[in-house]
Amino acid sequence: MLEVKDITMRFGGLTAVGGASLKVDKGRIVGLIGPNGAGKTTLFAIIAGFLDPTAGRVIFEGSDITPLPAHERAKLGIARTFQIVQPFAGLDVRENIAVGAYLRHARAAEAHAKAEAVARRVGLGGDLDKQASSLTVAGRKRLELARALATEPKLLLLDEVLAGLNPSEIRDIVPVIRAIRDEGVTILMIEHVMQAVMNLCDEVYVLAQGKMIAQGTPREVCVDPHVVEAYLGKGAADRLRAEEASHA
Amino acid sequence: MTRRGYLPILLVLAVLALLPFAVTSNVVLNFVVFVLIITLAAQGWNLLGGVGGQSSFGHAAFFGTGAYVSAILQVRFGINAWVATAVAVAAGAAVGWIIGFLSFRAGLRGSYFALVTLAFAEVLRILANAAGFTGGAAGLLMKLDVGFWNMQFTSRAAFLWLALGFVAVGLIVSQMIANSRFGAQLVAVRENEEAARALGVDVLSVKLKAITVSAALTAVAGCLYLQYFLYIDANIAYGLWISVEALLAPMVGGRGLVLGPIIGAFTLHGLGEASKLLAGRVPGIDLAAYGAVLILVVAFAPGGVLGLLRKLRFRSQPVAKTAEETA
Repeated sequence: MLEVKDITMRFGGLTAVGGASLKVDKGRIVGLIGPNGAGKTTLFAIIAGFLDPTAGRVIFEGSDITPLPAHERAKLGIARTFQIVQPFAGLDVRENIAVGAYLRHARAAEAHAKAEAVARRVGLGGDLDKQASSLTVAGRKRLELARALATEPKLLLLDEVLAGLNPSEIRDIVPVIRAIRDEGVTILMIEHVMQAVMNLCDEVYVLAQGKMIAQGTPREVCVDPHVVEAYLGKGAADRLRAEEASHA
Repeated sequence: MTRRGYLPILLVLAVLALLPFAVTSNVVLNFVVFVLIITLAAQGWNLLGGVGGQSSFGHAAFFGTGAYVSAILQVRFGINAWVATAVAVAAGAAVGWIIGFLSFRAGLRGSYFALVTLAFAEVLRILANAAGFTGGAAGLLMKLDVGFWNMQFTSRAAFLWLALGFVAVGLIVSQMIANSRFGAQLVAVRENEEAARALGVDVLSVKLKAITVSAALTAVAGCLYLQYFLYIDANIAYGLWISVEALLAPMVGGRGLVLGPIIGAFTLHGLGEASKLLAGRVPGIDLAAYGAVLILVVAFAPGGVLGLLRKLRFRSQPVAKTAEETA
């Protein structure tokens, strides 16, 4: 469904992403993990059309969408959420979600009905008339998700929707994400909360210093020496193995 | 949902339409006509600056284009006033689109956009002041020829109704936009451009649509001004005064709200006239009153008069959500 081919993104002398590739198959939840500053959000911005890559291509459903602007990609069915939530602060929850719903529903009544349905689905049904600015962090994350869902995407890009939530809030929202996938939406998610990654993802890519260093099931990736080193420093994998050997 | 918000509009229009039956004083009717013309210009500004958050400091460019195109067509080519007005409004809209295309495509926002619009208006003012076919510094004087087909009326009441008719169109257009997809997208652009783009909003095209409609409304104000006073020059048509009037009224009345411009225009000019009456003949006292009102609004009522009223009503009934709140 989505294929990212050899994406390179340079900001002046800094290479944020260097030749990264990934593939997301229809109907899956794919995770993108990596240490801070690895270039995950940059890669997301390129997929969603917010940044033009220095090199490389983005293929969506078989066609090259690299030159398309963000709003055109949204029309094709790519929706993203923002790591730092971006609510329309002056509007209430219903109006916020309706902006997304208007993408496929021209009439106000339909868009509002759609917005209410989506709000109930992500657990914001009781907050429809609240100002977006009065929501809690968890509420804003849900709103971010709801707005993206209201565009009726085929591919949903979730940028750390679980960050900043407490364990019980995470427990509440994980089934929501799984339900979205079960309804036929393919998901690519950046996530730091490993418990959720292990739980949700069918496949995980690991980005470190702009390069894809590993790929596989969550379990495979966790024990990959390259990944351990990317997070804990060079030689960490060997030390861990040596320690385990001495304990045995 | 779509019928929401029309009742207060109807009420305001009805009161103003019946006014000439209650008041015959030409001073009062003159005042109301003038304020209605300001209201139209302000309605144009409010759509772009209030709803869309793109504050322009140069709506004189559209007001002046409306006035000049209409005047030139009538004076130099003898074209019918109604036709000239229609063409002039189209010309104003075109100028709006061009200024919008140049500045929005370059990504100008906030104070940069405000400064560029100011610059465009000033350039037009200087050109109109210098060129021959605009009458140069002497301006353009229209022939007094009263009659419906010339859009000139001896009765102040007739002109009041004409202006009110246009204001009504402005109010209905604004309310329709507020209830529509375009309106929701425009507000989204104001609140957060990045998020709007992510939700499939074509930001450039939404802004261009807004500035075009905005310019058209303000151009109507220019045409009405011409028909009422029958004289324009560069400093009237493209002057800074109208840019300021167009943005002050919505700020005072309630930025982004459909009734904001009309409430603001009447509040501002009402207070201006009242201060003239009270303070006698102190020159410029009405302008000083403007300044004071503006400072008070910015400091204590950023939502304008309507925002203040809403706040007071909320305090008295904190739970109930009013119809206008969601409209």
